[in-house]
Amino acid sequence: MSILELRSAGFSYGDQTVLEDVSLAVGAGESLGLVGESGAGKSTILRLLLGLALPQQGGVLFDDAPLNPRDRTLMRRFRTSVQPVFQDPYSSLDPRQRIDRIVGEPLRSLRLATGSGIRARVAEALASVGLDADTLTRYPHEFSGGQRQRIAIARAIVSRPRVLLADEPVSALDVTTRVQVIDLLLRLQHEYGLALVMVSHDLGAVAAVCESTVVLRAGRVVEAASTRTILTAPETEYARALVGSVPRLPR
Amino acid sequence: MSLVEVSGLSVHAGTTSLVRDVSLSLAAGERLGVIGESGSGKSVTSLAVLGLLPGGLSASGSIRLDGQEVVGVPDARLRPLRGPVAQIVFQEPLTALDPLMRVGRQIAEPLRRHLGLRGAALRTAVAAALAEVALPEERIGRAYPYELSGGQRQRVAIAIALAARPRLLIADEPTTALDVTVQDGVLSLLERLVTERGMALLFISHDLAVVSRMVERIVVMRDGVIVEEGPVMRVVREPQHPYTAALVASARALDAALDAAAPRDGGAA
Repeated sequence: MSILELRSAGFSYGDQTVLEDVSLAVGAGESLGLVGESGAGKSTILRLLLGLALPQQGGVLFDDAPLNPRDRTLMRRFRTSVQPVFQDPYSSLDPRQRIDRIVGEPLRSLRLATGSGIRARVAEALASVGLDADTLTRYPHEFSGGQRQRIAIARAIVSRPRVLLADEPVSALDVTTRVQVIDLLLRLQHEYGLALVMVSHDLGAVAAVCESTVVLRAGRVVEAASTRTILTAPETEYARALVGSVPRLPR
Repeated sequence: MSLVEVSGLSVHAGTTSLVRDVSLSLAAGERLGVIGESGSGKSVTSLAVLGLLPGGLSASGSIRLDGQEVVGVPDARLRPLRGPVAQIVFQEPLTALDPLMRVGRQIAEPLRRHLGLRGAALRTAVAAALAEVALPEERIGRAYPYELSGGQRQRVAIAIALAARPRLLIADEPTTALDVTVQDGVLSLLERLVTERGMALLFISHDLAVVSRMVERIVVMRDGVIVEEGPVMRVVREPQHPYTAALVASARALDAALDAAAPRDGGAA
């Protein structure tokens, strides 16, 4: 059973169609990569999956029920269960807030815990991403890009979600840091049985994380298959070109 | 004589040093890559070569560009070097191009200033410059930057940089802002033009795979110093410095994922 699903979703900004007939789904413990170039519709799909916009055609299903912004019980369960990680850890963390407040924010806004309960869960989330307790009283500017992304991931898992939606989570990071954050995402996914949707233009990162991949182009699904199939035996010309253009290190 | 001879270059922002005691040289027609992560000083070094350091940064040491000292020399004396001797292509073509000027005019400017072309000869040269970067359509010359795609803009920026026939092209992350299929085309274009014109290339990048495709020799920078230098194949196969080894291992890990097409074993690496 899938936790989060797009069913024949279509979306337009004015008369500009950005998504057409897009279907995809992710279940517990599954990992799905969304790849494509600028204008493919990757970010719009994430907006739909996060419930930040509703598709004009088709729908978003959460636990097989259509997402309905007016159903407050459903939406609270949805927000607890589906958490985002953004690309740029420099702009996604409030510079004026201490780390304990930043990481605890979902618990407060979703009223999942209070007082000592918040403190305990924040400490637990930071420990799972490999950060010490002395992180708590510091501010974002004191951390490197990789550490900031760990803090952003701690905030995303503090509500014990079932789905992580990661938008280019390693694109802003240096290559050595990139591999460490990828390993962290994989470990969390295994430990908590998380479903993971990762948007990336970086096929190497997707190959390292995701079992299946959807290739998008100009708002449509070009190809959807296991990541192995997409990389080794792509069916479409476009997927072949995409895979073939990835620069490789000489052996 | 080297086309570029950097010796003992240090760059400071107040009391913070961004680049320390960097030395490198580049012969005419040679291709050198500078690789490093954020804060390594690679872009600052490339800007210093053209005397283009932003205000507030000060350089010491020596940079000789075609025999002419660059460090501490007033801008007016460096301007004649920018164009015929060396030119630069930046990462983000949208900010590098003038948003209010048609791209044909932006290409015409260096052709007029450095080659003295006027009238019909200038128009022909602009068309030829666009054709050379694989933008043969006439409408491109009349377009404004915002009307072009990212790849087209970077091709225009390359046409502008090459207009005065420089002997050195500095490319600072020229494809980092581009989609991967577009990157492939722009790299092929740069390769072809550099070869055809026998230009020297100073290629700055964070991406080891991209650099190794473009150059013969690389220097690896970290925290403002050069940690390793050598032929690119030797460096990626037998890195000497621990930092280079970590860089190569990380790049190989993601490459291996592409080959195996299987998720990495979480936390094992």
